[in-house]
Amino acid sequence: MTHPDFLWADPSPKRGYDVVVIGAGGHGLATAYYLARNHGITNVAVLERGWLAGGNMARNTTIIRSNYLWDASAAIYEHSLKLWEGLSEELDYDILFSQRGVLNLAHSLPDVREGVRRVNANRLNGVDAEWLTPAEVKKLVPIINTSQELRYPVLGATFQPRAGIAKHDYVAWAFARAAHRLGVHLIQNCEVTGFLRDGDRVTGVETSRGTIEAARVALCAAGHTSVLAASLGFRLPLASHPLQALVSELLEQVLDTVVMSNAIHVYVSQAHKGELVMGAGVDAYNGYGQRGSFHVIESQMAAAVELFPIFARAHVLRTWAGIVDVSPDASPVLGLTPVEDVFVNCGWGTGGFKATPGAGWVYADTIAHGRPHPLAAPFALDRFTTGALVDEHGAAAVAH
Amino acid sequence: MLSVPCPWCGPRDETEFRYGGQAHVAYPDDPATLSDAEWAEYLFMHDNPKGWFAERWFHTAGCRRWFDVVRHTVTYAFEAPR
Repeated sequence: MTHPDFLWADPSPKRGYDVVVIGAGGHGLATAYYLARNHGITNVAVLERGWLAGGNMARNTTIIRSNYLWDASAAIYEHSLKLWEGLSEELDYDILFSQRGVLNLAHSLPDVREGVRRVNANRLNGVDAEWLTPAEVKKLVPIINTSQELRYPVLGATFQPRAGIAKHDYVAWAFARAAHRLGVHLIQNCEVTGFLRDGDRVTGVETSRGTIEAARVALCAAGHTSVLAASLGFRLPLASHPLQALVSELLEQVLDTVVMSNAIHVYVSQAHKGELVMGAGVDAYNGYGQRGSFHVIESQMAAAVELFPIFARAHVLRTWAGIVDVSPDASPVLGLTPVEDVFVNCGWGTGGFKATPGAGWVYADTIAHGRPHPLAAPFALDRFTTGALVDEHGAAAVAH
Repeated sequence: MLSVPCPWCGPRDETEFRYGGQAHVAYPDDPATLSDAEWAEYLFMHDNPKGWFAERWFHTAGCRRWFDVVRHTVTYAFEAPR
């Protein structure tokens, strides 16, 4: 048996590039792909300190949805969802995008009011959304416990039918192969250790594989963006937290949609292979250790077993953590920085995977033109000075 | 689970505490004179280092007092209390 062909090359860095993207996760790879595809900028390197898509891209729970409350959020996430809908064809790679729908459960009267309000807001923004009664939830998800005797009974749910999941590794590999075919260099084991400057401008990066010149530098490092910004001399409104997730052993198909509950705090889907994939909120403390505390796992398991009594017999196969960069308003920071020719895409917190194609699209446009893409403009860094926050905390079924 | 060194009660389980973020962020001396940029710095732009970090914890299920500790954000080790 021969080894299958590599999907992308493993080049040594050139002396310089038009754009250097720091971080070869989903967002970095998508950004490089759209720089080449949409803007003809192919002299691009994506630098990765570890291996390609080995950070949060390998650790997330792959939920894709666009049912956010505010107009700015709905616009960018819906743009992303529309790209997901054509992505397998666009990249000529089956990424197992499955529009199996996402439920966000309500467990209290305030939850119900928030949910109904969000359904209406979504519809006004052209995002598909429905309000389901407990009986309708039970019909859609027969294994869910809708007994009104529970401490936190299911009182209804929002439902976005077009939402779903995709296979995260395939997404990364598909973008990597497509970017490589357009001439992008994907350079692994290449940690950025500093920046080259000419006055206020940045002219390149120092890396573990030598100096690389760059006309423009695009930060795309999720939980480590603050570290890069600190070496550039500015601060970002981010706190890096561990976000844990877990999978069960492989089981027969029992769940064919995605169920999220903020109030008792668990979200769960069943992957194509059969494992139950679960996550919840971040660990409370700042951390870069890619591991969290056990009580966080314990409480999300308790929530899952209350909602799905048959899960009590499932075994946890493994747990892990990624490092997510959480912003004060639970919205991303996307655009220009105080340093000329340096751009930033960060602050996606616990929800960056769903934005992969959309963020890559608008970030590439922002880098190519040196000004914010219209969908990125509300997410500029200066909103923390003007006060025009996009406050999605609790407003968008976001659980942090 | 972290074992958080409360200076009043000794080491206790993390679940007894609330996390308070970066320590030593002083309330502005003269808030009325602050510019928008200075407010943004005070409210939102906190340090987020990979390494030693001075931070606040609140012992909600114990003595109910705030305290500062220095913790490493990669190893999660607490500096020995002085």
